[in-house]
Amino acid sequence: MAYSFPEEVLEYVFAFLSSDKDRNAVSLVCKSWYEIERWCRRRIFIGNCYAVSPQIVIRRFPKVRAVKIKGKPHFADFNLVPEGWGAYLYPWISAMARSYPWLEEIKLKRMVVTDESLELISKSFKNFKVLVLSSCEGFTTDGLASIAANCRNLRELDLRESEVEDLSGHWLSHFPDNFTSLVSLNMSCLGSEVSFSALERLVSRCPNLKTLRLNRAVPVEKLPSLLRRAPQLVEFGTGAYSAEIQTDIFSNLVEAFSGCKHLKSLSGFWDVVPAYLPAMYNVCSRITSLNLSYATVQSPDLVELISQCPNLKCLWVLDYIEDAGLKALSSYCKDLQELRVFPSDPYGAEPNVSLTEQGLVTVSAGCPKLQSVLYFCRQMSNAALIAIARNRPNFIRFRLCIIEPQAPDYLTLEPLDTGFGAIVENCKELRRLSLSGLLTDRVFEYIGTHAKKLEMLSIAFAGDSDLGLHHVLSGCESLRKLEIRDCPFGHKALLANAAKLETMRSLWMSSCSVSYGACKLLGQKMPRLNVEVIDERGSPNSRPETCPVEKLYVYRTVAGPRVDKPDFVWTMDEDAALRLS
Amino acid sequence: MAMISEEHNKEKLGFEETELRLGLPGGGGGIVNGDFGKNTNANGKRGYLETVNLKLNLSLKETEKGENLQKEKNLISCSNNAVKPPTKTQVVGWPPVRSFRKNVMAVQKSNSEEGVGGTATFVKVSMDGAPYLRKVDLNMYKSYQDLYGALGKMFSSFTMGKCDSQGMMDFMNESKLMDLLNGSDFVPTYEDKDGDWMLVGDVPWEMFVGSCKRLRIMKGTEAIGLAPRALEKCKYRS
Repeated sequence: MAYSFPEEVLEYVFAFLSSDKDRNAVSLVCKSWYEIERWCRRRIFIGNCYAVSPQIVIRRFPKVRAVKIKGKPHFADFNLVPEGWGAYLYPWISAMARSYPWLEEIKLKRMVVTDESLELISKSFKNFKVLVLSSCEGFTTDGLASIAANCRNLRELDLRESEVEDLSGHWLSHFPDNFTSLVSLNMSCLGSEVSFSALERLVSRCPNLKTLRLNRAVPVEKLPSLLRRAPQLVEFGTGAYSAEIQTDIFSNLVEAFSGCKHLKSLSGFWDVVPAYLPAMYNVCSRITSLNLSYATVQSPDLVELISQCPNLKCLWVLDYIEDAGLKALSSYCKDLQELRVFPSDPYGAEPNVSLTEQGLVTVSAGCPKLQSVLYFCRQMSNAALIAIARNRPNFIRFRLCIIEPQAPDYLTLEPLDTGFGAIVENCKELRRLSLSGLLTDRVFEYIGTHAKKLEMLSIAFAGDSDLGLHHVLSGCESLRKLEIRDCPFGHKALLANAAKLETMRSLWMSSCSVSYGACKLLGQKMPRLNVEVIDERGSPNSRPETCPVEKLYVYRTVAGPRVDKPDFVWTMDEDAALRLS
Repeated sequence: MAMISEEHNKEKLGFEETELRLGLPGGGGGIVNGDFGKNTNANGKRGYLETVNLKLNLSLKETEKGENLQKEKNLISCSNNAVKPPTKTQVVGWPPVRSFRKNVMAVQKSNSEEGVGGTATFVKVSMDGAPYLRKVDLNMYKSYQDLYGALGKMFSSFTMGKCDSQGMMDFMNESKLMDLLNGSDFVPTYEDKDGDWMLVGDVPWEMFVGSCKRLRIMKGTEAIGLAPRALEKCKYRS
């Protein structure tokens, strides 16, 4: 006792620890450190809302100020998780409303948020500051009105890519006249027009506004008025960027943009008319982030714009940029760190643009800081992948989507095993990998052997047998999230590596060959996992045990089986056989 | 390590009396032939070149219904195999484009004509004798008639003749065409991708939008050079 620091001193020291990993480590030193740490933890990250319950969180960490919660599995983004699956926010808010009156921040991803939850948030937390709803759904603009009306200290309202039922644009007018604390507003996912004068007044009276991402309904001719009122903006998202070409609109835009000396990030650009792009040229030299992924603009216009942005670090763009545009990118933007190329016509049978593997090879060669890539294309070769891997061993995220499932190396017609093998062998810091194209068990052998820092792996239409899955589960030491669809994996590798699943956040398998019987076995043997079968064909008991389940979602949890399951989700556990009969 | 049997490769699931035993946490977590000592070890380097024996010992307790677990045929009857994926259009969630993005692109595409890549297609429109040019977005119109209506409105102050939608449609008719071309009325023409000047109306609308670079509303007498081609086409049409 004589040797230990007073609690206050330890608390003071712990306050410098911001990473969860460090705080978790500190908690394990001894009981008193555990106690001190839990009372002073202010930020909580819950990667899977069903891994823990609100009650457990609150019991351990009584003084939390900021929560970040993720709900549905990632494949929900591609409609693989049926409607009504879960990830409801309300139980969390209702528990936190009682226990965390000083809660300031709520950041959510893929959760179902109702207007009721939003209203409860707005009324329960007096010092509420930050609300980020990323890819969420279930609420309407009425819920936003509650937030606007009641959160007097609100700083951030970010609705990125959420699905909001847009009843009207009137919600924005609920911000009181004496509300001046706004720092960030992202309403880009909304459809309705908000009252423009209300928006103008809001922007005028919030001197700390740094981020403003408008929605499509704000026409280009109205932008100058907003920009003039917020010359301190750092991040700006336009609305629809088109109009009949009129010189006065253009010159107003040029002037307004020129006044924004701090702009670093631009986005929006729906319905772009290329003639209006040059209005931004004055700010391009400072731009580090550009999201043109909705801009249906041809390559030459894109190149014109990009060539003015030598400090570009992050570019999201459609495949209209083509190989030629990517070549230009690689020569103008030497600071590029992240590139995402989205498909303009993903369902077309024939390529509509001249974008091939060559574009990615060129960028990997020309941009020495490139570390994160998402690339949709229609052809790939092992040679190209090998070149990319050798050019860019510093990749952290590599997500390649060859649009045709099981497309082979278009030059040799071989599988792309060696290409992806080169990626994992050369890129020793790789944390995230998405595979596509024709792939055998061999690629998984390479991944299991080399991808020791890989945390998230996405697999589709790949592999030959359970051996492939076994390589991954037994070899990838850092694996946290594994999502698999349409692969011929059964239960053998799963059962052989069952304990591995407790070291991961989650496993998703859909349209594979895991039998119901195997799922039951896994559930029985691994009580600390929730083994959930998702099957819309009715109870798995109505089919033979050998019948594969439609979808399987396995995740570690301390909260026990879900209590809010819909009728197409079954938890496999000891009582499964009884409960389902 | 023994070689994996061919049978296992072919996914025949033998559910004979077997027993699953799990390894220590943090380790490979599985048993290979009941052999703890040679268990897979997360740090160990295994000979990946050799195949691993996955002749696992599985235990499935008899369920209360006592189903016969050896009915391999059942696999086929309720097969959910995804060995061969269906065509692109039928596969749910592939390619992996978020609904949000798909919806936005779909809206933008429907706002513009197919085949022009979703961009606005502004082309200059000149009319002989008019003091200045105009520009139109061809994507705003769905047919020739639409376009003529708009052009007529745009240039109505300059024309004396029949430069309205009806007037322009007249030239689709052979005899009327000759009248037009011999008269002082106006005829719409356009420059296509190859740089040739063509009479408007010959090709399907979508093709026209894709190939038109600029429009010129010519005096009939000047358009006479385009007539032979147009006449040919009139004949084919009727």
